[in-house]
Amino acid sequence: MEIHGRCIVGSKWILEPERCKGCGLCTTVCPKEIVYLSDNLNRQGYRTSAITSQEACISCGFCALICPDVAVEVSRPEKSER
Amino acid sequence: MTEGQLQMIKGNEAVAEAGVRAGCRFFFGYPITPQNELPEYMSGRLSEVGGTFLQAESEVAAINMVYGAAGAGVRVMTSSSSPGISLKQEGISYIAGAELPCVIVNMVRGGPGLGSIQPAQSDYFQSTKGGGHGDYRMVVLAPATLQEMVDLTYEAFDIADRYRNPVMIQGDGVIGQMMEPVAFPPLMDPADLPAKEWATTGRRGRDALNLINSLYLDPDECWAHNRKLAEKYARMEQAEVRYEIDHEDADYFIVAYGTTARIARRSVKDLRDAGHSVGLLRPISLWPFPSKAFEGLAGQARGYLTVEMSLGQMVEDVRLSVDSSTPVEFYGTAGGVMPRHQDITEQMEKLVARTGDNR
Amino acid sequence: MIAQLMDEMELTDRAVGISPVGCAVFAYNYLDCDFQQAAHGRAPAVATGIKRAWPDAFVFAYQGDGDLASIGTAEIIHAASRGENISVVFINNAIYGMTGGQMAPTTLEGQRTTTSPAGRDLKSTGHPMRMTEMLATLPGVAYLARGSCHDVKHIKATERYLRKAFEAQEAGHGFGMVEIVANCPTNWGMSPVESIDWIKENMLPYFPLGEFRTTEEVD
Repeated sequence: MEIHGRCIVGSKWILEPERCKGCGLCTTVCPKEIVYLSDNLNRQGYRTSAITSQEACISCGFCALICPDVAVEVSRPEKSER
Repeated sequence: MTEGQLQMIKGNEAVAEAGVRAGCRFFFGYPITPQNELPEYMSGRLSEVGGTFLQAESEVAAINMVYGAAGAGVRVMTSSSSPGISLKQEGISYIAGAELPCVIVNMVRGGPGLGSIQPAQSDYFQSTKGGGHGDYRMVVLAPATLQEMVDLTYEAFDIADRYRNPVMIQGDGVIGQMMEPVAFPPLMDPADLPAKEWATTGRRGRDALNLINSLYLDPDECWAHNRKLAEKYARMEQAEVRYEIDHEDADYFIVAYGTTARIARRSVKDLRDAGHSVGLLRPISLWPFPSKAFEGLAGQARGYLTVEMSLGQMVEDVRLSVDSSTPVEFYGTAGGVMPRHQDITEQMEKLVARTGDNR
Repeated sequence: MIAQLMDEMELTDRAVGISPVGCAVFAYNYLDCDFQQAAHGRAPAVATGIKRAWPDAFVFAYQGDGDLASIGTAEIIHAASRGENISVVFINNAIYGMTGGQMAPTTLEGQRTTTSPAGRDLKSTGHPMRMTEMLATLPGVAYLARGSCHDVKHIKATERYLRKAFEAQEAGHGFGMVEIVANCPTNWGMSPVESIDWIKENMLPYFPLGEFRTTEEVD
């Protein structure tokens, strides 16, 4: 179970946009292929990553694991009782 | 690149090319900021002229490769920046002790320790008082422009060969990184240089064997060797002094070298525009230190402001060169911070006011 | 990974890290424990000084390939040979990163860098060095592994290797090192995603992954 820090109810995938440098590695590891580089620019001018929908996310945490800048948090709210 | 034609080039690369023009075909070095462009340039350029570039495993290895190549009779160069020059000190002492010619380039950065990567002049003691062990000296040349650096580097190989001694070109992070127009001397072919009869090339039928060595276990022999070196250093002191004075008739002088001298030139201009009689005394050889420049101004100069990018190193040699009745003040910045011309001007105005010049 | 392991294994409070010159040097900004910044290549020696002074401290060095395999070869070999109870994380990205992309001892044949502009020439500069294999010949070594972080499966394997190296220190078995094959998109001149492929196609065939010495083999 991957819980990195705070857990916003309903959000399985949370990005800290100012940490993201648009490297795109997260887009290569998602088993459901829902991670992509958006056209949103952060303050440093990088395109930040995004997911197509929170519902489609299976909380595997792969994107968070591969992110070199610890920009992604993944949680599984429905299993947090375990 | 054709000779004589001006070209815009970065300092680090200009030094490298100047070495190649001087017939240097061997370079051993190691990466360290802010001189990386020098080995990088050599890695491509030397293969164009049939030379050898090698990135050594460390600065210690590099200086020992220089020792080997120099002892084998070829023109050879290395470069580094402050922490790397510290690593080379044992090797430099060996090179001096064995009386080998070579050129070492130091692009000084802030220290001590890992310090900063910005420019400084805090290696003056290390270069001129011998950062390595034992009684040795080496000619240390401090250019203030890229053209001067090219000319001095080209000459450095001749100086090194003339005395069989290491020569250091002392720049800093600014000089290494900036770009200026430069004209290069013609490309020398090392085959045109006179052979070094003492070099270890393999006897190849030579009657006597050649030994490159700095070990003299018998103390009398070691002292005799040291006396021989001392005599050589005395000759170097006589012949290799270099300096420049702006406004030789001035009452007050800013003493500065390298990048600091460039900044101080603006202060001199502003001070003179304000009516002060101020000049610039710019050492170009840090060793031998241009004491005679100060001797020539004795009785005329009413005060000196030494400006360095350090906590005060060259100022000690200035004080040694000036009689005790003439004030020698110091202003410096360190850690990679460069002095501002306004602050130098202000310090000189204070000196002038303190010593009673009312013009 | 290091931070997470240190927290899970409750090492953080006793930890002293060494960050030598190179890409590793700013590690002290990222890990919440005591740190010493070391001169280029000297981290194993600095670590030795710390570990001898505080044997119960968790002492780890975070080194790059220029640092460990070039200028620091004497220090790493002797720390390993003495069986110093330290953990070394060795990041191998086949290039000098911090200084702008010069050739490293681990640079591959034909690889272009700023000091091998025509590609690494084996005749002049020799073959890339496999430090893990070399250190595996030394009796004082308790744990050696080479991992990678180019995909999730390998990240998890590398985590396991790091844990075992750290456990070797805690159990007093001797020297432990994990070499991690890493990317440097900036100095390799490619995108991060392209660099992952480059690792798979070029680095892994030369730097095989796996464990090269485990504590079970240590007497």
